[in-house]
Amino acid sequence: MATRIHVQTTLNGEAAEFLCDSRQSLLEVLRDDLGFTGTKEGCSNGNCGACSLQIDGVLVDSCLVLAAEVDGKSVNTIEGLASPAQLHPLQQKFLEHAALQCGICTPGFIMAAKALLEKNPKPTEHEVRYWLAGNLCRCTGYDKIVRAVLDAAESMEASA
Amino acid sequence: MAEATAYQVIGTRPVRPDGADKVTGRAIYGADVRMPGMLHGKVLRSPHAHARIKSIDTSKAEALPGVKAVVTHKDLPEAPDKIANLGEGAVNLKFLSNNVLAQEKALYRGHAIAAVAAINVHVAEEAVNLIEVEYEVLPPVLTTPEAMQEGAPMLHAGMTTTSLGEKTDRESNVASHYRFTLGDVAEGFKQADLVIEREFDTATVHQGYIEPHNATAMWNEEGHVTIWTSTQGAFVVQKQSSEVLGIPVSQVSVIPAEIGGGFGGKIPVYLEPVAALLSRKTGHPVKLVMSRIEEFESTGPTPGSRLKVKMGATRDGRVVAAEASLAFEAGAFPGSPVGPGGMCIFAPYSFPNMQVDGYDVVVNKPKTTAYRAPGATNAAFASETIMDEFAEQLGIDPLQLRVMNGAKEGDRRVDGPTHPQIGFLETVHAALEHEHYNTPLEGPNRGRGVASGFWFNVGLQSSVVINVNSDGTVSLVEGSTDIGGTRASIAMQAAEVLGIPYESVRPTVAGTDGVGYTDVTGGSRTTFATGYAAYEAANDVVRQMKERLAERWSNEQEEGADALSAEDVTYSGGVFGCSKGADKAVSFQEMAELMPRTGGPISGRATVQPRGVGGAFATHIVDVEVDPDTGKVSILRYTAVQDVGKAIHPSYVEGQIQGGVTQGIGWALNETYMYREDGNMSNASFLDYRMPTCLDLPMIDAVLVEVPNPGHPFGVRGVGEVPIVPPPAAVANAIYRATGKRMTDLPMSPGYVLDKMRA
Repeated sequence: MATRIHVQTTLNGEAAEFLCDSRQSLLEVLRDDLGFTGTKEGCSNGNCGACSLQIDGVLVDSCLVLAAEVDGKSVNTIEGLASPAQLHPLQQKFLEHAALQCGICTPGFIMAAKALLEKNPKPTEHEVRYWLAGNLCRCTGYDKIVRAVLDAAESMEASA
Repeated sequence: MAEATAYQVIGTRPVRPDGADKVTGRAIYGADVRMPGMLHGKVLRSPHAHARIKSIDTSKAEALPGVKAVVTHKDLPEAPDKIANLGEGAVNLKFLSNNVLAQEKALYRGHAIAAVAAINVHVAEEAVNLIEVEYEVLPPVLTTPEAMQEGAPMLHAGMTTTSLGEKTDRESNVASHYRFTLGDVAEGFKQADLVIEREFDTATVHQGYIEPHNATAMWNEEGHVTIWTSTQGAFVVQKQSSEVLGIPVSQVSVIPAEIGGGFGGKIPVYLEPVAALLSRKTGHPVKLVMSRIEEFESTGPTPGSRLKVKMGATRDGRVVAAEASLAFEAGAFPGSPVGPGGMCIFAPYSFPNMQVDGYDVVVNKPKTTAYRAPGATNAAFASETIMDEFAEQLGIDPLQLRVMNGAKEGDRRVDGPTHPQIGFLETVHAALEHEHYNTPLEGPNRGRGVASGFWFNVGLQSSVVINVNSDGTVSLVEGSTDIGGTRASIAMQAAEVLGIPYESVRPTVAGTDGVGYTDVTGGSRTTFATGYAAYEAANDVVRQMKERLAERWSNEQEEGADALSAEDVTYSGGVFGCSKGADKAVSFQEMAELMPRTGGPISGRATVQPRGVGGAFATHIVDVEVDPDTGKVSILRYTAVQDVGKAIHPSYVEGQIQGGVTQGIGWALNETYMYREDGNMSNASFLDYRMPTCLDLPMIDAVLVEVPNPGHPFGVRGVGEVPIVPPPAAVANAIYRATGKRMTDLPMSPGYVLDKMRA
């Protein structure tokens, strides 16, 4: 086996380091080596968005990123979103709107929606649908997800 | 009954108990399971749709450093050629075993041949590629017409058709043929002024849950196997695994993880027995997770079908005869849902003369399994299209035509049962009155379609235990895995009976060692049947509390007074009282505190097999726009009306409807297994299979009509499945109104629609 790569990164605001193989995706290292299983795997080829997270604020499918690529970067996952006392408004609105059924796509949708609202705090319904088209949900028909994101945007705007 | 009652909890929209863990990533799904010393497995799958396995050489794989074990069908005990009831209908154990690991033949592309356990998944993948299999490639049979032809290559040597319940000596890929008859169709057609006959073709489609199949198994030194898996039914995995592995049920414990969607697809075992075999060989826990390609090629999609439907109507809009011949692709082993398709096809109507023939046909595709109202969507595509043609040709509004022919209580279905209290006509009237239907659709290339559908729903078996805590809260233990918010809908029914807040009920989904037998989360049964068990278990708690108070209050009475019995104790609004003399008031919480002084802990329990299943009906309205240059169909507006009996948690009921509609739209417009001539699938990825995204859809208006089911204490009907039934026909009918062309094939992809428009 080839030499393992030493990676120093920031994970949800905290310094983290790990050794990985060159062939390992960020998703695999997060889930299997670091125990961050909140990021989900649905397809491993960037089609479903279940593994969505942010690297230096940019939304990515972590199954398409090699773990070695995050050296010196900052990674944000679903585990870092809520504070101990409070859910993030997106998480809260997903619950209130019943925007999840099985919940497997939910972390990815919430991370994707977070990236949208950082870029566009007041999206229209069409803008939400356009942005979230990279995330597949098979349970909800998206109706309640779109409503939850629009409502979260409104509540974040109100409290900003 | 149910309508008149003012509920405290039922009908509200609380946050689900497992919600916080699911929005924070904390919830543990099957693929998140990690065990000390765990090995990772990978399955070798057939590259051929039909081939004889001449030899399997695993030596090179076993020699690869990091590989701990390789298994093939030889590691499984010989499975008897016998039918066993495995919780979701009858299964031939030999077929089940052969589907888990192929024995003599690979019967579809993706059929499991062997499996490896190794120190990590990459080594396991390398090892799988080192297994040498010698195949004799055989010609594949991919469609029902091919498979039914005389002289077609046989999948299973010596298989004969069971026809009308009798075993015949005719060797054929047709595993079985049934016929349902009501009235006399030949006579019926004589009365018809207008007869329409069409053939329809629907493609194989997949459930498309986002979480791939997974299993982690530990076979210990005493021969006990523990399996962690994402499944619709822990007890069904336990039973199937025990049968395939040839060990007693008590030697298999199944611990259900959270499940990332199922829709029927997570009922059969695929990986569980393989992980168990690998664990037995290695002495380590072994985890297997499917790739998305394996999901498409190696699990159980819903069948493609060929349908021939003939219907006759009088000039004034009365359908007098309806006849269907349904041929369903079972996949590699018998067992397609052609039976349910035949039960549902004409069920919304009171046609006087009906006949359905169904054929279960094996082909070289993955063994099909349940998918949301299995069989009913295929069938309704045909019958509901012809209903629309009648409406158009007779100049009758299509919803009015349904009013004229709609089934009511007491009408008989073609397969025998008579409808109990049902709400089909209520859905049609609600659609007729809906603002959507009364708003003109304007603009070129646009059309509005309607269609209805039926699904019978099931009851099956459920168990619930409610343990009362000392502070008046309760813990509720149930065995139905929660795929769409059922912890909430079950807890709500218990809270309603117990007269305590929803938040005071903590529901837990237990494994096979933690709760009584419970069938799968499927058949739209969970809120109905497990909810029924929760209702009964809660009543058991109340009954025990009444007995305790009767005894306690009797002891407090003056000497000589008649002893009180439980019947003398009342319970309402969360307070126990006495109907005889004494002015008593003890709250649920106070009674809970009294438990140690009145006889110890209180546990309510119930095991149920409710018979009063209420069938579900839906009527949908859709507006589409068809691009005249490309044939692409856009959904402009969608309204789904459904009789839901009583909505326990209306948000999750709406969610079932919106999700079912979306799957139905995907089935209608995009989804298909594209096969090459050699039987290989050419679109085994989400990108190429193309399920609907949120950009493909508008909001979906779910209209809840509540006609209570008399067979459930709160009037619950199953709601999950029927919403997938009308969409393909509704969309096809809308496309007709937009283009003037009748659609007979699914999916109605841009190329297909364009060809029809240009024909």
